[in-house]
Parts: sequence; C-alpha cells; structure tokens
Amino acid sequence: MRLLEYQGKELFNQFGIKTPESILAENVEDARIGAQKLGFPFVLKSQLTVGGRGKAGAIQKCKDSSELETKFGELLVKEVKGELPRGILLEKMVDIVKEIYLSIFLNRSKRCFSIIASSEGGIDIEQTDNKIIQDISIEGVSSELANTIASDLNIPDRSKESFVNLLLNLFRVVVEKEAELAEINPLAIISDDSLLALDAKVILDDNSLFRHEDLKKYLYLSDLEKQAAENGFSFVELEGDIAIIGNGAGLVMSTLDMVTDANGKAGAFLDFGGRATSETIYEALKVISRLPKVKAILVNLYGGIVRTDLVAQGILEAYKNNILTVPVYARISGAQSEKARELLNGSKARLFDTVEEAINAVVLKINNN
Amino acid sequence: MSTQFDIFKILSGNESDADYEKKPVIIQGITGSFGSTHARLMRSYGTNIAAGVTPGKGGSKFEDVPVFNTVEEAVKASGSVISGIFVPAPFFYKAAKEALDNGIKIIVAIPEHVPIIDSIKVFEYAQKKGARMIGPNTPGVIIPEIMKVGIMPAQPFTKGNTVVFSRSGTLMYEVSFHLSNSGFGQRLGLGIGGDPINGTNLIDSFGLIRNREDVDSVVVVGEIGGDAEEQLADYIIKTDFSKPVVAYIAGRSAPKEKRMGHAGAIVYGNYGSAESKISNYDKANVPVAKSPREVPLLLRTKLRK
Repeated sequence: MRLLEYQGKELFNQFGIKTPESILAENVEDARIGAQKLGFPFVLKSQLTVGGRGKAGAIQKCKDSSELETKFGELLVKEVKGELPRGILLEKMVDIVKEIYLSIFLNRSKRCFSIIASSEGGIDIEQTDNKIIQDISIEGVSSELANTIASDLNIPDRSKESFVNLLLNLFRVVVEKEAELAEINPLAIISDDSLLALDAKVILDDNSLFRHEDLKKYLYLSDLEKQAAENGFSFVELEGDIAIIGNGAGLVMSTLDMVTDANGKAGAFLDFGGRATSETIYEALKVISRLPKVKAILVNLYGGIVRTDLVAQGILEAYKNNILTVPVYARISGAQSEKARELLNGSKARLFDTVEEAINAVVLKINNN
Repeated sequence: MSTQFDIFKILSGNESDADYEKKPVIIQGITGSFGSTHARLMRSYGTNIAAGVTPGKGGSKFEDVPVFNTVEEAVKASGSVISGIFVPAPFFYKAAKEALDNGIKIIVAIPEHVPIIDSIKVFEYAQKKGARMIGPNTPGVIIPEIMKVGIMPAQPFTKGNTVVFSRSGTLMYEVSFHLSNSGFGQRLGLGIGGDPINGTNLIDSFGLIRNREDVDSVVVVGEIGGDAEEQLADYIIKTDFSKPVVAYIAGRSAPKEKRMGHAGAIVYGNYGSAESKISNYDKANVPVAKSPREVPLLLRTKLRK
C-alpha cells in the first residue's frame, strides 16, 4: 500500500524525522482554519498515491486568502492520472540551503534493502547517474556507513550528525513499520543547519499488516476492493467491459494480455487464488456484478484439482439468484467437464475447450454489439 | 553458490544410493487441511514423505507417516534434508528457521503472503547455513514422474529434457501442459514464486542446470514487476549460457502501479515493465512467446537452429 504524503510524514515524525509544519484540510472550511493557524504564505499539496504531482500542477504556492479560495477548490477536484486527492496538505515554506535525495528501497534482485542517495534533491532518481547505491543488511545501518554517505553527498559538517541520525531513523521506519520503500525527495538542509523531509513516499508491505494494528487505518479500499479482499480475492478494476476471472495471478494476467491482443478491453482482473469451488466462483461473480460497465465475463480456470462441475454450479446459482445477467465465456480445464457442459446447457454461460476459443467468442460478441 | 548447489542430487540422489529417487521429505504443517491434502497427493506421485511436523500433534500419524512436535525429531527419525513448509504465512519465519537450524538443505516455501522482512531473514539465514529456499509463494518443485514437493497437479508434467522455471503457479502448469503436448517433457519444473523476494531466483535457477547434460533447453515463465528477467538476460549474455532459452511474460497489458494478484507483480515507471523485460531478452537472443500456447512453437524453432 502506498501511503499519502501526510501519512508518510506521520510515520517519519514518530521516528524523529522532522517535516515542515503542516495541516491537512479536506474541505475549504478546514483550509481557512488551517491557514489562520499556519499563516501565509504556504504550499498546497494534493494528497495522491500517484507520482508526478508537481508536473501536473497539483502543488501550488498560496500567498493569501483570496488565492486560497480559488486554488484550494481547484486542487480538490483536480484529477491526476485519474485519481482525485484525498485532502490537501497546507505546508509551511522553509529556507532551503541544499536539497538531497534519500531513500531506502527493497532491492528485489539482491534480496536486501539498499540505500539510494544523491546530492541532487527533487529530481527523478531514475534519470540521474549522480547517485550512490549501497546495499544494507537487515541487521542494520552502521553509523560508519551513514557517515561515509554523508561525506559522499558533501553534507556540511554542521549538518552531518543530523544526517547520520536521520538515515538510521529512516532505516528504523523501513524495518519497524515494514516498508518496501521510504523515500525523502527532497530532503532539505535549511538555514539553521537542521534537516527537514519536504516530501514522503512510503510503500508498506501489505503482507505484514497483520502485525501492525497502527497501520491498518491507512488502508484505503473501495467497497468493491473491500468485498474482494474479504473473500481473499485479488481484484483490480480496469477500463473496459470484459471481466476476467481465474485461479492464479499469472494465469489471469496472461488471459488479460490475450484479450487485449484480440482487441478486447478488460474491465476487471479477479484472481481468486487456489480454491475453485462453487462458492468461490459465486462470490467472484457477485463482486463483478457490481460493475455496471461489464458486459461479459471470461472465466479461465486451470488446474488438476479443479472440479469443473462445481464451478458450473456456482455460475448457475448466480444466474438463478439474478446476481448475474451478462453472459459467461468459460474455459475450465479440470475434472468432470462433461457434466459441467450438461449443467450449463441452456444458460447464458458457454464452455470452451481452449482459452483462445473463449476469448474469440467473447470479443466477437462484445465488439459486434 | 549457485553452481555448487546440486538440487538433483538432493532431491533424487545418485543411482548408487539405496534411497535413489526415494529421498525422504518432511512436511511442516502436515496435519493442516492444506498440508494434508497435498501430502497425500505428493505421496501418490511418488514422493517419499517420511515424517511430518505439527507442534502439539507429536506422536500421532498422518496415514502411516509419523508426526513430530519438532523438526529436530522429524529429521532425526527420517534423515531428511528436504522440507515442504505448508504453515500459514504468519508462522513461516519460525518454521523456516527451525528447519534451517536442524540441517534442512532445501526449504520449499509454499505459503503466500509472507512478509518481505521474514523472507529476507530466511534467505540470509539459509545462505549462512549453505541451504536453499525455494519460494515463498511457490507451487514448489517437481522432477516429473519421480517426485514433487509442492502443490502442482501431476497431469501437465511429463519426463524429458527441458526445464521450466516460473514466477507463477498456474502458468507453470499451463505452459508445461503445452510443452508436454508438443513432446517437450521436463527434467525439472521449479516455481520461483510470485513474491518480490525469491529464495531461489532466476539466476540461481539457471545455475542449477547450466552444466547438466540431461537438460537441453530452458523455458522461463515470467511476469511484470521487479528486474529478475532483466538480470537473467544480462547473466545469459555475460556467462555465455549456451542452452536454448525461450521466455513468456505475463502482464504486458496490465496498468502501472497496480498489484496484479502477486505481491511482486507491480510496475513502477519503467521498473518492472514488460517492455523493459522483452527488450533485454531480445539482447540476449531469447524469444518471448505471446501466449502460453506459443511457447513450444518457439522452443521447436530455437532447438532446430
């Protein structure tokens, strides 16, 4: 889960990493009160989980109350990459002497965490060669290593100790809160030599949430995502009109690619994992039925222990209870497929021997309507 | 380390061994519904499930397999160095550490949703112990028609000389099914796992088979997310890997910054994108199939050359 900036900053503050004074406002009344407390000028920052806020104009300076009235309202309804903000952060401006880039990220291929640091702050780190990458053990970052990095970044002596402490604290954020990424871009050295995290990008490891009660409040799921999660499904809403359901992430991704290749447009990705029973397919269809844009459903199940007839029963049940009205195109490889075919005979569901045939049929149907 | 580790020797042994192709395997979590279902299926496939471990159930039996409270007792009774771990993700770290502390050399880590930090700790500890973790979030490992430790169905796999390494379970079955249908049996099928951290990653996997004469080709089933395929392409070029390799990548049309079912299947910017993987494979002369069905066709072409 990717945290919003203000949430990441809350975590930073818990670990002694300082951030500029700020107030979150979800409506213009809050913003007016916040502005009084904070005092003009300040920066308005859209709280989004997608990158590229600055370029999209979702960060604005605000110098007085008349600017607040216009800009706050604009930002609140401004979508960036299809996402609306969840609040606007009002943040005090600071006197920046130097900007740095600093992050700790999960280095998947090396199977450890790595530090990335650059003496150029505020840049796209993928686009620069001016950076230090240092792999670290899960046991911890030594002050010695932190000192070396500080020197490599040409951090002035007066701020060195603060930097070392900040880096050690950032590592604690990653390990104690279980993050895949904790990024400060930029990290500012300000006029009094102290360090402030001007931004925060934190991605938490969803699989560790069971042991972090305090982080569960950051979970932000749509009703549909919640319903899917409660059933143990992986669900991603997409833009098209064909919902794809299957057992296994790779298989569903692969089906999505094949649908796209055949000029179909996928409207949902739903992986219900290893268990393919009449209940799981029924619940999966229930989730999909809440997406009005879906005009057809493609089911692709593969596995030796899939009971095709049970899956067919689940589909029939969904039709019977009027959960489902759109047609189902299914490729179900497994035991009892003759029985399944008989069961589905006369319903709006059709079984195919190969996924390619099912895809061709569903795309033909949708694109001809 | 990757070239030193002989997975075939550990899983099936030498012809001179009394227990050749019948190496003992223990199952941690054997009395749970998931563990017991698959212990039964593994046994019927030919795997020698020699002992089970479930704390608190020591002294009982699963079918005729003795169940112990600890790995220590199970290892002592069975002489096993292979463990299939079927415990729920929150208990995985403890189970894996116990296995490594008691001489287990191959951990097959089945659970999905293991926290990343736990995986890193187990990986670091396994390295220290000269052991190997396969997974987590893996369907397991299979030597077709001999044995399997995992949850994969038997039907898609046949004996042969190609190997399949896969980041996805169901796609490993699907691709192996198409390979088998086209006459490409498998010497080994190994699930890398769908998580961001893989105890045995693609490069480690290539190390397992690069010097084997009974392996004539490799199929790599990948997906979006991370840079495993990019690193592999680099490895193929730099180490002059000479066996024909064919790849498949799932998730070409997935949106960015969305986790597509697997914890590891997520694209940030260009990092983890299918385009990046395909262009790197291209440099390493590895053709990428458009669909699982196309894999054997590409392999046939590649083997003819």
